[in-house]
This record gives sequence, structure tokens and C-alpha cells, in this order.
Amino acid sequence: MGVPVRRFDAVIVGGGGAGLRAALQLSESGLKTAVLSKVFPTRSHTVAAQGGISASLGNVQEDHWEWHMYDTVKGSDWLGDQDAIEYMCRKAPEAVIELEHFGMPFDRLENGKIYQRPFGGHTQHNGKTPVQRACAAADRTGHAMLHTLYQRNVRANTQFFVEWMALDLIRDADGDVVGVTALEMETGEIYIFHAKAVLFATGGAGRIYSASTNAFINTGDGLGMAVRAGLPLEDMEFWQFHPTGVAGAGVLITEGVRGEGGILLNADGERFMERYAPNLKDLAPRDFVSRSMELEVLEGRGCGPHKDYVLLKLDHLGPDIINQRLPGIREIAIKFAGVDPIKDPIPVIPTCHYMMGGIPTNWRGEVVMPKGGDPESRVNGFYAAGECACASVHGANRLGTNSLLDLVVFGKSAGDHMIDYIRGEMPDWKPLPADAAGPSLARIARLDNQTGGEDVAEVRAAMQRTVQSRAGVFRNAANMALGVEEIAAVAERAKFTQIKDKSKVFNTARTEALELDNLIEIAVATLVAADGRKESRGAHAHDDFPHRDDENWMKHSLFFGEGRRMEYKPVHTRPLTVDYIPPKERTF
Amino acid sequence: MSDFDPVEMKRMRWRSRRGLLELDLVLERFLARRFDTLTGDQLLAYRTLLDLPDTDFLEVVNGKVDLDAPELMEIVDMLRAI
Ligand SMILES: Cc1cc2nc3c(=O)[nH]c(=O)nc-3n(C[C@H](O)[C@H](O)[C@H](O)COP(=O)(O)OP(=O)(O)OC[C@H]3O[C@@H](n4cnc5c(N)ncnc54)[C@H](O)[C@@H]3O)c2cc1C
Repeated sequence: MGVPVRRFDAVIVGGGGAGLRAALQLSESGLKTAVLSKVFPTRSHTVAAQGGISASLGNVQEDHWEWHMYDTVKGSDWLGDQDAIEYMCRKAPEAVIELEHFGMPFDRLENGKIYQRPFGGHTQHNGKTPVQRACAAADRTGHAMLHTLYQRNVRANTQFFVEWMALDLIRDADGDVVGVTALEMETGEIYIFHAKAVLFATGGAGRIYSASTNAFINTGDGLGMAVRAGLPLEDMEFWQFHPTGVAGAGVLITEGVRGEGGILLNADGERFMERYAPNLKDLAPRDFVSRSMELEVLEGRGCGPHKDYVLLKLDHLGPDIINQRLPGIREIAIKFAGVDPIKDPIPVIPTCHYMMGGIPTNWRGEVVMPKGGDPESRVNGFYAAGECACASVHGANRLGTNSLLDLVVFGKSAGDHMIDYIRGEMPDWKPLPADAAGPSLARIARLDNQTGGEDVAEVRAAMQRTVQSRAGVFRNAANMALGVEEIAAVAERAKFTQIKDKSKVFNTARTEALELDNLIEIAVATLVAADGRKESRGAHAHDDFPHRDDENWMKHSLFFGEGRRMEYKPVHTRPLTVDYIPPKERTF
Repeated sequence: MSDFDPVEMKRMRWRSRRGLLELDLVLERFLARRFDTLTGDQLLAYRTLLDLPDTDFLEVVNGKVDLDAPELMEIVDMLRAI
């Protein structure tokens, strides 16, 4: 049975900020470009970003990209690659101004320049005083970015395949990437997308945790596909917990609330962040605030009947600031926490928010993996950008507002390097391997024929419980070792999931089963990588190894699906043009 | 129950997957509790709501914004009450 083939110069999987920015570059250069997305592009998870995008424009206070770079390196707890970090911070002002020129409606100062607000971890003079660096479009920054980029893409003739789910990466005998398989949800048919270059921009995978700020769609499909195709995942032990998820629901209360003056209180009514971070207080980086909150709870100063959360107080800001500068927050608190923040504080807990790890790339957006002694050999024809990629700019901990920046800077960079590759090295398509769609067809057939298997939702819940309890904010050796065993057992169960609905058209049950295949790969990678790292760094806080160990552990981890083994590779310590920023202890 | 096109109903289930967790949480409950018993007119109204951008849809569901469309308000009220 022949699987239909569609041919493009470039195929992009994902229509969020990263995918759209890359697609724009490719389409505008005249290359035939397809974007596949599970949902309508402007409903990608980027729409959730409220806080803003960082750039050292210096519109409100003096600022320089070198200071932004310092903050990002320090925020990353010295696991970020300093060449990629330099590239991102140096390009940031240009990237934001480009978005402005594309028509993105940023908030403005009276003089017409883009308004910038304070945000956790943004400082002047390498950590001395907070600086206003975050550019926002009210609380709709992500939404505005998606709409702006989507419109430009339509104009540039990007071809959109909406409600198409990519299933597997196609690599040929040389290991080069030559396309993907994808499922058209409306018909249930499988197609091959044959390409000279493929970019993954499939976003994060926060749904491996039970307490998550991520929408249901964040199932990390790109990472699952990469692992199945034999590629490694980098730094998967590092997950950022947002300090202020609504207890019980996961819904995020933006850091902007603390930027505008909201404070965290424990059961004694104490503003405890003053004790942990005398300078930055409630605006210290996220991992630091999350850990401080968790300590308050562990030491018995949590609030509520089970003493398991802390409070975010903002009533002292007054209704005007709350309504004008933080629109939407009040409604969210009322609907999901049952409190009106104009009068009462909001119960919050650290909640899984962002995946620092991902598919290993360099600052050009090229996917790299170890080969013949080179830890970073290019995988021909394969690129990744956005949250699914690990460039690595966020290292062990991402700074707020650096992700939207990552999307546009590395989306564009990947697009540019794909253009060079396609025009310079790929006069023609490489042939598809025989049976290119075989693995995807086999997975679908397995699902259709499975009997006596388990429900998808049950297996997914078991996975989430395991990851939440064994790889959360606090970690120790015994707990993680148990987690590795438990997740292996859950992964076995996932091989036999069963769905009742066997129909072809818009079969959401089937989609969710296929998504679970991806989530499971990521959950396994997370636990194995976390168990492997014997130090504390950024978001990975290891109780038995409470300190950062630069001598032995300043290195990136690489997880391989085959044999579930780990390898490690060096951190890039040479920026592109400036001096290396040597490690220091992170204090705030 | 209605004689609404079953394929269209399945498409609507998928389109209830959104970019915002807040909407996912509300719509998941709505799909589980109300969706299968909606009339044809109610399904049409829900389909219209699904075409809203996520940020607007959330403001409607949160009661921050009202729609100038009486035919949609019955479903909006169901979503607000969930
Ligand atoms: C609540 C919240 C608030 C945030 N606020 C901020 C902020 O203020 N500032 C900031 O910098 N960052 C913020 N972040 C982080 C940031 O929003 C994300 O990291 C970023 O938007 C991810 O963008 P992306 O383009 O990589 O992926 P996404 O926007 O998640 O897009 C992924 C795309 O891939 C598609 N896709 C996935 N799998 C498949 C498949 N198998 N087949 C086809 N298509 C597929 C999806 O349909 C989608 O189009 C926030 C995150 C959350 C959860």
C-alpha cells in the first residue's frame, strides 16, 4: 500500500512562535515551505505567554546586552552555552524592533518608545540592581506575537497544514533527515512529507508532571520523535517550576504580579523572600523562589488546612494597578483559586512550567549529536528551535521572558541556516528510504489491533504521578532511583495502551495515545538524567549533593533511548566576541 | 441529543484543545458533562465560540467580557457555571 508523498524544500513541524518565525524566513526567501500544526497556529501554546519578551533596549533605564548576557549566564547556573547566550542577547534588541516593525502592538511610553517592565533576574551592572527589560503587549504578548507572525506568513505564502500531527522523523541510511510522516486528523490518513530540511518547533512537554502550567497540547512530540529516530535529548533533568501556579489547578499567575509589587507570605504573614534573597527578594530567579517556597512548606510554615501552599498578596497595589497593569489576573484568581485578589491573597505552589532541555542544537539551530569523537556533529537536514530545542541558552534555569526571545532569535537563525543548507548543499532531494512510513504505520496498526490493554488516561496519570513525586523541586538519590524503576514500569504499560474508538476521522483518543508515546519517552529521559546528575545546579536541587560541582558536573547530559543510557558533553565556555563569564556562586 | 453531523462533533472535541490551560480545564469539564446532551442550536453556538481567539474566549468564559450575541449566551452561561 503506497503512502502519499508531498514534497517541500522545508518542512516545519510546529506553528508556535519558533515555527512561525523560521517559516517566515524560509518563505520570504522563496523556498517552498510547509508548516504542520496539531492546532490552528494562533492557538499554539505561545498564546499563553503574558509576561513579555526581554531585550536590552534601555528605554526606561540604562541597559546593555552584556548585562543581559551576564544575567542569562548566571540564571543558567553556568550550564548555558556562552556562545549561544551571547548570540541571543546581542540579537535581542534587533529582534524586538523587528517584531515592532511587523506590527506587534507593544505597550508604549509617553515618548512613543516600547515600555519595559521589571522581571525576575533582570539586572544592571552584572547583578547589582534590578532593571526594566521586559517588553510586553499588555498581558497578551504571546498572542500578539503569534498573530503578527501568522499574518506575515500568510502574506509570504507559507503553506499551512492545520490539524496535522507529525508522527515520526524519517532518517536515511546516512543518518540524514529527509522528512517526516504525518497524520491528517480530518481523514485519519498518513502522509510522507519529503523535505530537504526539517525543523522541529513542537514546544514543551510540561504535561509529564501532574502540576503543570502547560496546556494539554504540550506533549513534547518533537522530543519523542527524536528519541525514536535514535537522537539524544540534552539536559532533560532541568525543568523549571514556576513559583506561582494556583494551588490545585496549575494555572499560572504571571511573575509580572511580583514585578508590579506583589509579595509572597508564609503562614506567619512573613515576607520570607527577604530572608532568602535580601537584594532581589520576591524577584529573585524562579528556581530560587520555588525552592524557598518549598522550604517554607517543608519547615511547617505553609498555609491552608494542609499547610501546603504559600500566599501571593497584591491587594496593597490597589484595584487600579491590578486592573490596568495586570488585567486578567483578577478573573483567573476568582475562577481558579476562588479568591478576589483585590481583597485576599492567592494560594500558590511551585508548578512545572518550562523545559530547559530538549533536542541538542547549536546557535545556528542545527541539531547536533556525538559522532566519531566530535560531541557536536551536525545531523544533516535537521533543525530545531524554541522550547523543544536545547541551544543551550537556558542551561539549568531559564530567566523569565527569555523564552519568547529564544523563539524569534533562534527561529530566525535556524531559518537562515536552513536556507544556506538547502541552497548551498541540497540541489535535489535525497531519496526516501524504503518503507519510510513503516514505523508510523506499525504504531497505528498496533493501536488499532490492541486487545486487553490499558486505558490511555490511566497510564498517563501514573506517569504524571511518578514524575511529580520523583523529579519535583526537591530531589534525593533514593527517591530518584525509585523513580527510574517506576517509570520503566509505566513505559512498559504504555506499550499496550488500548483505545475504544477505532474510527479514522478526528479520533482524539488515538491522538492522545500517540501523544502518550511521546510523553513517556520524555518522562523516562527526565528521570534517568535526574538520577544521573550528582550535584545541585539551577532547577536540579539534589538533597544528597546540595552544592554545584563545576569540576565534575559543568557538562551537558545526553540521554539516548536505546539502552536508556547517558553521555555527557562539555559546556561551551567561549562566547563569540566577548570574554568568558567564569562561574560564581549564585546569590541574590 | 441532536442529529448534528457526528464528524463535526468529533472535530469540535479536538478544537476544544486550546493554547491556554485555563480554557482546557473549563472545556474538558464541559465536554465531559454537557457536550453530548446539547441540542443542534447549542452545538452551533459552541462551534461559533470555538472560533474565538483563546485570549478573547477566556475573557468571555471568565465573565470579564460579554458577547453582543444573545444566541451564544446560553452556552457562555454553561461555561461560566462550570
Ligand atoms: C502560562 C505560560 C506563560 C508563559 N509566559 C512567558 C513569557 O511571558 N515570556 C516568555 O518568554 N516565555 C513565557 N512562557 C514560555 C513560552 O511561552 C514558551 O516556551 C514558548 O511559547 C514555546 O514556543 P514554541 O514556539 O517553542 O512552541 P509552542 O508555542 O508550544 O508551539 C508548538 C507548536 O507545535 C505544534 N505541534 C506540536 N506537536 C506537533 C506534532 N506532532 N505535529 C504537528 N504539530 C505539532 C503545535 O500545534 C504548536 O503549533 C510561558 C509559558 C507558559 C506555560
